[in-house]
Amino acid sequence: MRLLRTLMAAAAVLAVTAFVAPTFAADDPGPAAYAKSLNGKRVMLVPLAMGFDLAQGWAHYLKKEVEAWGGTFETRDPNWVVDAGAQAITDAIASDTRPDVLIIHAPDLNSYSKLMKKAQAAGTYVLLVDNPANFPADAFVGSDWDKLGQLEAEAAIKGCGETSSKKIGLVQGDQANSSSLYQYAGIMKVLEKHPDFQVVAKPDSNWDATTSRNVTTTMLQQHPDVCSIIDFWDGDATGASAAIRDAKLDGKVFLVTTGGGEKAADCDKLNDGTYGAVVMTDLARQSGDMNAIIKFLLQSGQPAGTSHTYIYTLEKATTKADLKPDSCWDLKELQAEAAAK
Amino acid sequence: MNAIGWPSWRRLNQEGIVFAIAILLFAAAALGLPGFLTADNLVAIVRSVSVLGILALGMAVVIIGRGIDLSAVAIMAMSVAWYLQLLNTGTSDGLAFAYVLAGVLAIGLLNGFLVAYADVPAIFVTLATGSFVFGYVRSQLITQDAVPVPGGHWVELLGGLRFLDIPVEVFVFAGLAFLFFLFLRYTKWGRYIYFAGDNPVAARNIGVPVRPMLVLRYVLSAFVALIAGLLTAASLHSINTRIVNSTLLYDIVLVAVIGGIGLSGGRGGVRNVLVGAALIGILLNAMTIIDIPLLYQNLIKAAILLGAIIVDGIINPRDEQTAQQGDI
Repeated sequence: MRLLRTLMAAAAVLAVTAFVAPTFAADDPGPAAYAKSLNGKRVMLVPLAMGFDLAQGWAHYLKKEVEAWGGTFETRDPNWVVDAGAQAITDAIASDTRPDVLIIHAPDLNSYSKLMKKAQAAGTYVLLVDNPANFPADAFVGSDWDKLGQLEAEAAIKGCGETSSKKIGLVQGDQANSSSLYQYAGIMKVLEKHPDFQVVAKPDSNWDATTSRNVTTTMLQQHPDVCSIIDFWDGDATGASAAIRDAKLDGKVFLVTTGGGEKAADCDKLNDGTYGAVVMTDLARQSGDMNAIIKFLLQSGQPAGTSHTYIYTLEKATTKADLKPDSCWDLKELQAEAAAK
Repeated sequence: MNAIGWPSWRRLNQEGIVFAIAILLFAAAALGLPGFLTADNLVAIVRSVSVLGILALGMAVVIIGRGIDLSAVAIMAMSVAWYLQLLNTGTSDGLAFAYVLAGVLAIGLLNGFLVAYADVPAIFVTLATGSFVFGYVRSQLITQDAVPVPGGHWVELLGGLRFLDIPVEVFVFAGLAFLFFLFLRYTKWGRYIYFAGDNPVAARNIGVPVRPMLVLRYVLSAFVALIAGLLTAASLHSINTRIVNSTLLYDIVLVAVIGGIGLSGGRGGVRNVLVGAALIGILLNAMTIIDIPLLYQNLIKAAILLGAIIVDGIINPRDEQTAQQGDI
């Protein structure tokens, strides 16, 4: 009897709860506040150029999310020209439709610092993506390049093995871009701990595949027993791989590089043995991080330029052995998806 | 100095100076740098400047005719990028190649027509068409900066071609250099280029078809650019249109001018291109072996070039007799 009464009481409570619950949901202040702070807000992405995998991936994921919460998303394409990027940022700040959030892919440590300060003074939150700069942005989202360099060096050491010549060659980007400078610092940190490994040459490619090929050809002729080469970007590592192929050293030189994890650029090349290891950025997650911090900033009510957050993307050196079907994202698919709309 | 013949060694001109610097550098590198004077490295040097040299050949012909082609790099990268894009999206090879050939021909004709018949200065025409080609192809015809060569395509196989372990672009460079030499030195139209470059009005007065020949030169330059682009794609298995923003264009003009082809036209030949390319090739290779950072490489390159020009200015001072109208 007692049990029955308890059960009935429980049923009654349940019924009441079930009846009341919808009213609770209608009173949830979240969605209204969310919509109020986000609706109609403008987000603008100014990458180094729109024509390469990283920028196209970011734009795809950001656009999807920003438009879903009722904002507008725009991109500018400076096409690798620093001045054009500066012009785009200047115009954006001065225009009637000034963006509420400006996402900037900085070409070097200093070029855009003044402009970013101006943007913050005008009330625009500034996010730095991928490349750090000497500027206290509201948030930095991207790789910890020092750590990334360490991962590359570790992959190279592993790729060489204990019985190898222990000679490593570097193909740096340039001497101005933070991603190149910090990557180098990270690599050297690891190599200091492995004094038996030595760097035999460290030319710059200036991010150009033909230059990368030429300097790697010279490097391999001077040191045919190099066991691993670290090229600082998958955009020009095709040149280093061509030099290795031409020297008939495929399979003997372990080529390590880094990239945005695009299928044709990274996974396919790991699969066919062109690259030994690629430190890949999880682009979807990186874009997700950007979205989260944008949503936070727009709701926070804090003035632009008052907080400085670093959100480093999880990086991992991927080799052929740990390739999975979802290791990479496919730019062609994203483009097809965009075209279908 | 006689205009196109063998140099008179009694009077050192810019070509001679640059050649001497190249020899000195070569000797110093051969003595001081281990591994420089090996067959493999010498082949690598020639190969590293092959594409640059091929483009410089096209540029040389235009410059000798008192013009300049600033659209060469854009044509080189964009024509091949478009070709590969067409292949990647399933267009048949023959049709794709026909489109691209037609496109290259059209841009060459447009350059030539605007310079020859509309009398617009070449520097502005080609600057504009170069930007147009880049902008149009990049925005309308291709989706990304880098376009890969489809697997197993002849362009990829071309890149792997070797004779006696020497890459194919070296032979193409040598072959084209020889053809250009024959054209400039032994054909009537080749000789006319010098007349037209030296004094277009006089050339016209003696009955040289100055304008049609002008058009021909720009078409020639455009085709040479296409060949250079195909060779680049063959070696790298992709073409990156970002090269249009690089200093390649200036390097091409540099190779031609440093070798002694005067920007005022009417002077120089294939040999000057070879000398210029040799200097750049040896310089870059030696600096890479020494492992000099790129910033310093550019500085050293610029300093040597500036030095050669200054020495030339001292040895061969310009005066009213040597200066020409239209000298840039």
